[in-house]
Amino acid sequence: MSYPANPRDIQLTAEGQLKHFLSISGLPKSLLTEILDTAESFANMGEQSVKKVPLLRGKTLVNLFFENSTRTRATFELAAKRLSADVLNLDIKTSSTAKGETLMDTLQNMEAMHADLFVVRHADSGAAHFIASQVTPQVAIINAGDGRHAHPTQAMLDMFTIRRHKGDFAGLKVAIVGDILHSRVARSQIRALTTLGVEEVRLVAPNTLLPAGVEDLGVQLYTRMEEGIRDVDVVIMLRLQKERMSGALLPSESEYYRLYGLTNDKLAYAHPDAIVMHPGPINRGVEIESAVADGPRSVILQQVGYGIAIRMAVMSMAVSGQMQERSQIS
Amino acid sequence: MKLSILGGRVLDPAQNLDQILDVHLDQGSILALGEAPAGFQAEQTLDAKGLLVTPGFIDLSCHLREPGPSYKGNILSETRAALAGGFTSVCARPDTQPPVDTPAVVRVVRERAEAVAQARVLPLGALTQGLEGQLLSNMAGLQAAGCVALTNLRLPIQDTLVLRRCMEYASTHDLLLIFYPEDFSLAAGGCAHEGAMASQLGLQGIPETAETLALAQQLLLIEQTGIRAHFSQLSTARSVELIAAARKRGLPVTADVAISHLIYTDRELEDFDSNFHLQPPLRSEKDRLALLQGLVDGHLSAVTSGHLPHERAAKMAPFSASEPGISSLESLLPWMLQLVNAGYLSEQQFVASLTSGPAGILSQKLGSLEPGQPADLTLFDPQQSWTLNASSCYSAGYNTPSWGQTLQGRVLATLVAGEVRYRLDL
Repeated sequence: MSYPANPRDIQLTAEGQLKHFLSISGLPKSLLTEILDTAESFANMGEQSVKKVPLLRGKTLVNLFFENSTRTRATFELAAKRLSADVLNLDIKTSSTAKGETLMDTLQNMEAMHADLFVVRHADSGAAHFIASQVTPQVAIINAGDGRHAHPTQAMLDMFTIRRHKGDFAGLKVAIVGDILHSRVARSQIRALTTLGVEEVRLVAPNTLLPAGVEDLGVQLYTRMEEGIRDVDVVIMLRLQKERMSGALLPSESEYYRLYGLTNDKLAYAHPDAIVMHPGPINRGVEIESAVADGPRSVILQQVGYGIAIRMAVMSMAVSGQMQERSQIS
Repeated sequence: MKLSILGGRVLDPAQNLDQILDVHLDQGSILALGEAPAGFQAEQTLDAKGLLVTPGFIDLSCHLREPGPSYKGNILSETRAALAGGFTSVCARPDTQPPVDTPAVVRVVRERAEAVAQARVLPLGALTQGLEGQLLSNMAGLQAAGCVALTNLRLPIQDTLVLRRCMEYASTHDLLLIFYPEDFSLAAGGCAHEGAMASQLGLQGIPETAETLALAQQLLLIEQTGIRAHFSQLSTARSVELIAAARKRGLPVTADVAISHLIYTDRELEDFDSNFHLQPPLRSEKDRLALLQGLVDGHLSAVTSGHLPHERAAKMAPFSASEPGISSLESLLPWMLQLVNAGYLSEQQFVASLTSGPAGILSQKLGSLEPGQPADLTLFDPQQSWTLNASSCYSAGYNTPSWGQTLQGRVLATLVAGEVRYRLDL
């Protein structure tokens, strides 16, 4: 077994076209911009009466979900259908004892179905890389979340949201608040924001929810919310899982809300035009106050809508990269 | 059997020897170096011109997988791999199935090792029953059956009173204990060095303190109980400092490092290659350099293979779900030579860490070419290039980052008790 030497190699064709979408790491700014521009061309389709383009007609997409998700899976399914692809949804329950053998067996079965695109969600970090390095080369792999590692389509829809509301990335200050330690979304957002060239990325969390050595990713660390979001243009709130209390990471929900919950009082520290984002699903009264979530500066619902356009962009680009590569081999 | 090894460069740190000399063997022992004694008539000769002739390598930590599931290897495959890697003696880990916690299992291992007649097998016994960390094993019985040391490996003895009793009972019988220091709670669920790389990849980290906290605790109990103890496969710079300080205070402790931790760091994890999923985890460059310096300074006195062969499926999984371990017996020599060529270690230090170093730790009459010692020798060509692949590899475990790569430095013959047990092309 051998993996490619560089994660960039595995995601891109020799010409630098996208062929898998596994993580933001290793992708150049030009490619991230291309994804955003492509998504822009799909973004208004939802409002049209005919919501379909034939870009992926005759292609088969398999949603391979080893971890439960209704929302993400639904947006991938909708995105694929708008591109005229056939969609197969598989929810695979994994037992903790079965481990990798099951995953390999499943993949081999899937390969036999001649799918063109796998959308994969898995509880283990690196699962999408593993699948991309082991499956038949002409199947495009889209990472829909692997462990704590990456959730690149979510990060790109967040970038899309920021660009729509703020125009340009240069000069922006962005704060990501909450459970960074367990968040694959945060890791992908940090990569995307720094690649796209924002002025400052701040992480705001208690020390128990900040991963070791994360400052090496080019971010500023804050433990006090008021300082962390002072004058920022974008506040991204992360979901807090209830089980964090039992893991001795936090004393209580109420203390967390008091210190890190986004209320209108705290939001007053941010730039007057700051927007509020959240990857969802939100915990009202845990990490965010309803008045903020439903308030005028919240763009949380727009994010969901943009998710379809981003996924259409990424799927069509990856399939075209795969076809390009195949035509060159043959 | 009378055998002469002619014209090789004999490197034996135990005698501070580095010289082109003939070596004469008789009845399984070293008879003489240099001139053959009067009347000695060799029945067999080996031409060792251009080769290094050293005492046979000794490994302090190796998994032979027997008794246990045979798809991971067995005593024949792994002791054959040992010979091909230049090892004439290997300490066999006790976490077999069943574990080596009774004299009966020790006998099974020893009988099997004798039957396959490859490298010598020095069994390590379990420190607690079933390696479960709760009840003392039959230590004296294991010692009598031939265990050279006892260990609980990385498996936790969470009750410190039990740990203390293990040491006290072991000291009654002057047993050597081997510790693989790791705090169970701090390491639980982790699969990579806690630091920027693990954070970036979303892998759960194992902090440095998982090792140093356990090490410090064990050192204090060793001081109290006065046992002989060895620490195996240390991975952090701070651990080397703790060992150095303990030795300075006169504690009877020794330590080793696994070859993997001398050549790789957590940078290798970037592409989620499960071959780099190891226990303890690969750590930072600062740790790697401190471990090398620890060898140079003598705070660490041996290098182990840490050989853990796996079947293909064990590594065919996302990083954290794959089984930890590296198959390393057969690539250890080329890796060590890389360190010598890069100037980190002298040739003397490299050979000592595999011969006189581990022999001293085990208090075994091995690891030297002095006349009268067992005739265990390794002959290797430090220049010869070869490829590690299915046709050259003897181990059942192909789980190594060097798989398919061209390596420099190859064992050409390995002798155990005066007998050529492995020979490539001389």
